[in-house]
Amino acid sequence: MIEFVQAVGDLALFATSMLRWLCRGLPRRSVVVECMYEVGVRSIPVVLITGMFIGMVLAVQGYQQFHLMRMETRMGAVINMALVAELGPVLAATMLAGRVGSAMAAQLGTMRVTEQIDALRALGANPIQYLVVPRFLSCFLLIPLLTVMADAIGVAGGWVFSTQVLGVDATYYWHYSTEYVAAWDVFAGILKSMFFGAAIALIACHRGFNCGSGAEGVGQAATSSFVLSFVVILVLDFFLGMFLNEIYWTLWPGPSSFV
Amino acid sequence: MQPRDPFNDPFTGEESGRSIIELRGISRSFGSQEVLRNVSLDVRAGETVCLIGESGCGKSVTMKIMASLMQPTAGDVLWNNVPIKDRSDEELVRDRLRFGYLFQGAALFDSLSVFENIAFGLRQNTKMSDEFLAELVAERLKDVGMSPASAQKMPSELSGGMRKRVGLARTLALMPDIILYDEPTTGLDPIMIDVINTLILKTRKRRPVTSVIVTHEMSTVRKVADRVIMFYPLSRLEPGQPQIVFEGTPEEAFASEDPQVSQFVYGEAGERMQELALL
Repeated sequence: MIEFVQAVGDLALFATSMLRWLCRGLPRRSVVVECMYEVGVRSIPVVLITGMFIGMVLAVQGYQQFHLMRMETRMGAVINMALVAELGPVLAATMLAGRVGSAMAAQLGTMRVTEQIDALRALGANPIQYLVVPRFLSCFLLIPLLTVMADAIGVAGGWVFSTQVLGVDATYYWHYSTEYVAAWDVFAGILKSMFFGAAIALIACHRGFNCGSGAEGVGQAATSSFVLSFVVILVLDFFLGMFLNEIYWTLWPGPSSFV
Repeated sequence: MQPRDPFNDPFTGEESGRSIIELRGISRSFGSQEVLRNVSLDVRAGETVCLIGESGCGKSVTMKIMASLMQPTAGDVLWNNVPIKDRSDEELVRDRLRFGYLFQGAALFDSLSVFENIAFGLRQNTKMSDEFLAELVAERLKDVGMSPASAQKMPSELSGGMRKRVGLARTLALMPDIILYDEPTTGLDPIMIDVINTLILKTRKRRPVTSVIVTHEMSTVRKVADRVIMFYPLSRLEPGQPQIVFEGTPEEAFASEDPQVSQFVYGEAGERMQELALL
């Protein structure tokens, strides 16, 4: 328990330090652009592929249940709501944690082991400002775009499979989708994704900076970065979901019915 | 980078021989493992000090503490007679730039070219034009015996000796007053060891610098050192014995009759063989 509190406190101090350096000024543009390319552009294929298949999987799994109730046309509402509010953001974040977060932890861990982080300090650069701030900004700012892409391709995948393969009527599919999926749901998903992005960057960089010695230490940093990020994504998703629901009901009180 | 006035510069000054770095009662532990215990030493302006001792006895840790790249568990570090803990963050960063640090594996930034590695400190701390920067990088490469064409190479394309030389060029680019070399010749062939030793001497001849060198290479000690400080591993010390077992000139080190010193200096295992149960 003491170790857990210590670890959380350490991460909080690391985040505070990162925010302080973020407020002091941005790192060189070339460093940020390179990070954004790595985090954003190179994550697009994996996010699109997983997004599309998750949309189609939802259609496959949902069809039997809805067909039994003769409510296939409502599938769009369920698939699209699940995608924009939960699966899109969580999936994009999981992909980012796996593809980018682990690589960040391994890269920074290697820099720590080979004394490159000490070299940065010796050359008058602050490692937090030079290494962590650009990675944080890249994850924080680009994960919403990746989420939108995952949402869009998932919605498209679910629609194509439902209407073209399973034979669901396209007009009703969209009718119920637009009736039950509101702009708020899309907004809530994107907002949550920003928290996920921030958590992934902070955890990955923290793990890398506190990496153990040798190849084993680097490997452990990469693995623990992904595992911890995934757990934090799900925990954040739960609490942010509850919090955003509370806000929604406060702003727009009233009954809601699916059927 | 501000131009320096040598007469008002606290790190170079006109008083050669005064204490420029001082460690007072330094201890350092990693978890339960104690590496340094109550170590006190000083480095004087203009001299070249070699820190020697067995692997794991805390030489590199001592040097990182000297440069404030690592904090001691206990004790004080003084730069120019002022404890570094009395400096603000900005003062610490500014004064740390007076130190050049050549890391053991050179610690070149993998993702940057040789040019960008050497120019890194200058880009970070000055507003030099690209043309001037290119000239300066070429000059530093020439100083370490490398061609301007190597500037476009990536660190992964360099041999061990070249990496060390690029590391030295990067260290020299900021014109430091104090250069800390962490095992500059480890892993190099005898010719390259002599190249590095000569570069250390040439650097000192070119302008007055204070140097601290962590090394196991006694040829380096013979060739470049003014003073030698020998550390001993804590696990092998007699109760109450200080961790620094020798301090003197290289000649005194080679003439020492203390077995702890002479065995290391002449590379003789002695009773260590029995201890290691290899006989």
